[in-house]
Amino acid sequence: MSVLVYIENTDGQLKKSAFEVASYARDTAAQLHTDVVALSIGQVNQDELHKLGQYGIGKILDANTEKLATFVNQAYASILTGAAQKENAHTIILSNTFSGKALAPRVSAKLKASLISGAIDLPKAEGDTIGVKTTTFSNKAIASVSLQSPTRVITVNPNAYPAKEQPSGQVQIEPYNADLPDSDFGTMVKEIVRATDKISLPEAEIVVSAGRGLKGPENWGIIEELANVLGAATACSKPVSDAGWRPHAEHVGQTGIVISPKLYIAIGISGAIQHLAGVSSSKTIVVINKDPEAPFFKIADYGIVGDAFVIVPKLIAALKAHKGIG
Amino acid sequence: MKILVCISHVPDTTSKITFTNDNTTFNTAGVQFIINPYDEIALSKAVDLAADGASSITVITVGDASTEATLRKALAIGADSAVRVDAQPLDAWFVANQIAAYARANSFDLILTGRESIDYNGGQVAGMLGELLGLPSVSIAKSLSVENGQARVEREIEGGKEIITASLPLVAGTAEGVAEPKIANMRGIMSARTKPLEVIAPIAVEPLTKIEVYDTPPARGNVKLIDENNIDELVHLLHTEAKVI
Ligand SMILES: Cc1cc2nc3c(=O)[nH]c(=O)nc-3n(C[C@H](O)[C@H](O)[C@H](O)COP(=O)(O)OP(=O)(O)OC[C@H]3O[C@@H](n4cnc5c(N)ncnc54)[C@H](O)[C@@H]3O)c2cc1C
Ligand SMILES: Nc1ncnc2c1ncn2[C@@H]1O[C@H](COP(=O)(O)O)[C@@H](O)[C@H]1O
Repeated sequence: MSVLVYIENTDGQLKKSAFEVASYARDTAAQLHTDVVALSIGQVNQDELHKLGQYGIGKILDANTEKLATFVNQAYASILTGAAQKENAHTIILSNTFSGKALAPRVSAKLKASLISGAIDLPKAEGDTIGVKTTTFSNKAIASVSLQSPTRVITVNPNAYPAKEQPSGQVQIEPYNADLPDSDFGTMVKEIVRATDKISLPEAEIVVSAGRGLKGPENWGIIEELANVLGAATACSKPVSDAGWRPHAEHVGQTGIVISPKLYIAIGISGAIQHLAGVSSSKTIVVINKDPEAPFFKIADYGIVGDAFVIVPKLIAALKAHKGIG
Repeated sequence: MKILVCISHVPDTTSKITFTNDNTTFNTAGVQFIINPYDEIALSKAVDLAADGASSITVITVGDASTEATLRKALAIGADSAVRVDAQPLDAWFVANQIAAYARANSFDLILTGRESIDYNGGQVAGMLGELLGLPSVSIAKSLSVENGQARVEREIEGGKEIITASLPLVAGTAEGVAEPKIANMRGIMSARTKPLEVIAPIAVEPLTKIEVYDTPPARGNVKLIDENNIDELVHLLHTEAKVI
């Protein structure tokens, strides 16, 4: 019996969420009195994989072949399932990234394993089953779910579980290959488009977000500058992306992306229930709005009532002074 | 092309969510139900694809008789026929198996779902369907087009997108932006009444998960208001109190 954790990379670099999920898997293994094994798929060099040792991973299966260089949902799911069977893993852990969301349901269906998406705490053994909590009804409730199959798949949201170092001693890396049928290659990556200068929104620790209060796309300069100073990603409310002021990929909320950064700064956003559904699990929330009655203040930790066009430039200056820039 | 769209019947986005029976059961009293917003997008995409005049759209839901209003709405938007699997949707595995059984018997070229349901938020059904049917699947498609039996899909990835091609049949979960939302017109609403709505019995499947109890998220403390002329105070608090910068 063991816990298997799937480790993701971007162009050969382990993702930040990979260290979070490694920490989660290590702590899950401790909780369930068993060992943790990691699986990396794709082309990652040994030095990079060795970094996992700092997070308590002692054994890594390395599925590093040309055919698996880009993401192929079915093939990756087969590799993960094969590795789980080889390692006799009863718990399989993935990050709830876009690839994780694609893989986890396929892996669970292959193994007839109970699947829980977006776990917010460590699993606990409860007799024969294990229990995990997740958010439901778009962040309006928390569900305690029991996973009744002897095998389970758990995904963990980026930023939901901190990456904590705990060196494992030595790291053993074992090549892992499996013969895959052609039918596992039903999809093929043609092109990857990356906004290289941008911090990815789902993984960002700090997010600066703006709404209709900004009046028009031409006013986003101050939002981007604030994000820059903070090393933050930018986001927006739904009407802003609907109007084409910002790309759809920035829209957060019930019908957009759900994020849980450590700091969310909402500027000129009223705080409608559908917006809050996407951001209310942020650790600290700062709201800047000229209307003291804006509903967003009710769930904010810090608030400033006033005009964004006056406050944001002042905030940028204060942050620059704090960081000793400019 | 034969298209199947999976429709989930969910509480309206503004609903207050409460529970009964010692917080074990979602309280549906007074709750307005709607088509899951992402499924409405999937259906809108299907309507666009069927504009070629050579396609048919079937919508399917797993739910009790109360979901039929939602299916009629889907028929009004443009589906040709509807199927209701007469069972409570116990979990995603249960739902996916019901839909897979129907899809196997009726072979579709394209199966669309939403990227997730806004009640259970699992985003699980599309991938499970793909696996159960032995088909490729895309969980979150940002755009989708079909040409000569091949689909071209943009898949969202962290900080960008991936453009992939996929062989049909394909299962795809749709996200915002895939299609312009379609609204039912009067003719659609009239014709929806006479379009076929078939009720079928579920197959026997054991769910793999069970929700034991619901909690409300921990309340946040009161907001600390900071004067707009004292922004340094905010920076100071973010640094020393919240410790986030
Ligand atoms: C089915 C459905 C799904 C939805 N999903 C989402 C979703 O996922 N995400 C989402 O965001 N919304 C969603 N919505 C929309 C949501 O209900 C709100 O309409 C939306 O969030 C409002 O956006 P906003 O706050 O930017 O605009 P508004 O509500 O117009 O608020 C603008 C705010 O800016 C403030 N303001 C104006 N000028 C200034 C200034 N100079 N300085 C400072 N503050 C200023 C105003 O006081 C106001 O509070 C959904 C709605 C529906 C029906
Ligand atoms: N009860 C259901 N009946 C039919 N389709 C469903 C049902 N529940 C979920 N789906 C489909 O599966 C998608 C993902 O749902 P979920 O996995 O619950 O987040 C939804 O957007 C629907 O398209």
